[in-house]
Amino acid sequence: MNGPAARLRFERVACLRGTRLLFEDLSFALGPGEAALVTGPNGIGKSSLLRIAAGLLDPAAGTVERDGGVALVNETAALDPQRPLGAALAYWARIDGQGAAEVERGLAEMGIEGLAEVPVRMLSTGQRKRAALARLIAGGADLWLLDEPGNGLDAESLDRLSAAMAAHRAGGGIVLAASHQPLGISDAMPLRLGPPR
Amino acid sequence: MSAFVALVRRDLARAFAGGGGLLPLAFFLLVATLFPFAIGPDGALLARAGGGALWMAALLAALLPVDRLIAPDAEAGVLDQLAVRGFSEEAVCAAKILAHWLSFGPLLMIAALPAAALLRLDAATLVRLEAGLAIGTPGLAALALGTAALTAGLRGAGALSGLLMLPLAVPVLIFGAGALGGNPGALKLLAAATLLLVAGAPFAAGAALRALRD
Repeated sequence: MNGPAARLRFERVACLRGTRLLFEDLSFALGPGEAALVTGPNGIGKSSLLRIAAGLLDPAAGTVERDGGVALVNETAALDPQRPLGAALAYWARIDGQGAAEVERGLAEMGIEGLAEVPVRMLSTGQRKRAALARLIAGGADLWLLDEPGNGLDAESLDRLSAAMAAHRAGGGIVLAASHQPLGISDAMPLRLGPPR
Repeated sequence: MSAFVALVRRDLARAFAGGGGLLPLAFFLLVATLFPFAIGPDGALLARAGGGALWMAALLAALLPVDRLIAPDAEAGVLDQLAVRGFSEEAVCAAKILAHWLSFGPLLMIAALPAAALLRLDAATLVRLEAGLAIGTPGLAALALGTAALTAGLRGAGALSGLLMLPLAVPVLIFGAGALGGNPGALKLLAAATLLLVAGAPFAAGAALRALRD
């Protein structure tokens, strides 16, 4: 983590998908060490909120301000299926300006250091999710955007995830997560999305 | 810059994974082999028509991997991950154009040597063919990448790509084949057509990728 303090701020943000207004007038701000947990029923716009936070979607109204590097974990692993896991992660580490040590740290924190030589296509759903989280840890971004990070994870991996999030926040990072299951960040600011009035 | 190199290297490695990179080469040589069977063994006729046939083959060889250039990365979330990291779509597309050209351009220029022998092209024509391929194939790579970006996520993208790309490749084909006859202006016009395609394609493809994300 480097540069100025990490920050994420939503100011009266609205999200329009097609002709459907998913949510509007959403304002919140997160500073170093803070976390928010987005909840709400399926299709209410949790993933869209995270994509807006990541800059992948433009808000229909309002402004989003980000300070610091952004990392996103969503339903796609974005790891080349035919390459060994270690090499696939090393590619992203190189793009993130990180080295082999960070990749090893990420693998170790998610408990998959034994899978570095296994091609990504051989991995199970849960292992693939853990690999995406290992990339997140290795990437060193300030702002973690996690879309259902607990999906497919067993109890032990969930504990590893919450430990990683705690360590990230202790180092001044920010976590914005959307999840239906508890992620072990009970002190996170709740962001409950409901249908717009 | 090192990240740009990493992008190009990954795409290049993916193009050659599982022997897929040799497909355009095999296709190009196959056309050169089949053409004399279709035209007949008349050497003079072959020499006159052969260069143009090789240009057609080069054009189609550039189009062969078009469904693998963008769509798998869009599906796997790789493009999203790059966008989150602050890469502009234009930079990603420029890297992909370079990787695509590296995967078939130099190989075609090598394959043109045996192909020219099969078609009885004389040495002067071969030199002009090689010069034309060196200048023209980057334009074909840019066109193929732009087409891949525009058709990514569509059903039947393969057939649509041909319909979309082939008409736009007409200038490259005209000036590339025109240069074979020794017309000095044709190579310059070919270079101009390539320049236009290479300069424009990253922006057109980048806009297509942004639209794909919505």
